[in-house]
Amino acid sequence: MPRSREPFWWSLFSAGGMIGALLLPACVFLLWIAVPLDWVEGPSYDFLHSVTRHPLARLGLFGLISLCLFHWGHRFRYTLYDGLQLKHLYGLIATICYGGATAVSLFAAYTLWLFR
Amino acid sequence: MPIFWWLKKWSYTWFITRELTSIFVGLAAVILLIQIRALGQGEAAYARFQAWLRTPPALVLDGIILFFLLLHTFTWLNLAPRAMALNLAGRRIPNGVVLSAHYLAWIVASALVTWILLGR
Repeated sequence: MPRSREPFWWSLFSAGGMIGALLLPACVFLLWIAVPLDWVEGPSYDFLHSVTRHPLARLGLFGLISLCLFHWGHRFRYTLYDGLQLKHLYGLIATICYGGATAVSLFAAYTLWLFR
Repeated sequence: MPIFWWLKKWSYTWFITRELTSIFVGLAAVILLIQIRALGQGEAAYARFQAWLRTPPALVLDGIILFFLLLHTFTWLNLAPRAMALNLAGRRIPNGVVLSAHYLAWIVASALVTWILLGR
């Protein structure tokens, strides 16, 4: 991986870190903890479905999901290099991290594009 | 250097823990995508997803995810003043102002998410 691509991955990592920091805790707490435990009454299927169908909502969800994935890809890559001392597997780790984030992002794009 | 060098000193362990929060950011994105898929597949599929969310393993997993996401948010926002040295009219904006602005943005974003999801 040439050095020159570094700022590109870093900008995705940085954007994902920020959007994830601001939005994910509230989403996870409400949707996956407070609603399943009946602490609050969750949104109805019809409401969530109609909100998610809006093109802007789908675009926003794609941005949130893919940026968070690239945040993981970039940061986890360096954690593996430094934490597990795997610098000799440079190419393989970069391929798995960025490739994984790209693959799931494409799957997210496909899912959201066809959302009915 | 041994593989577990980062267990030798608390500051190293903290560094690796902070870096590993990215796993939970990615994992939350994947589960969110699974939820959106279930939502798009119809009411029955979504009800199955909701039923899974109520199982103890899912609740434990989501509790762990939330813990590390909060750790990510606090450590990320606390670094903001160092990550961006902003200047206004030739003067450096104080760190406290940059920090407060980021925490304010978090509160506003969380309120917005709550309003969209729960405010009928």
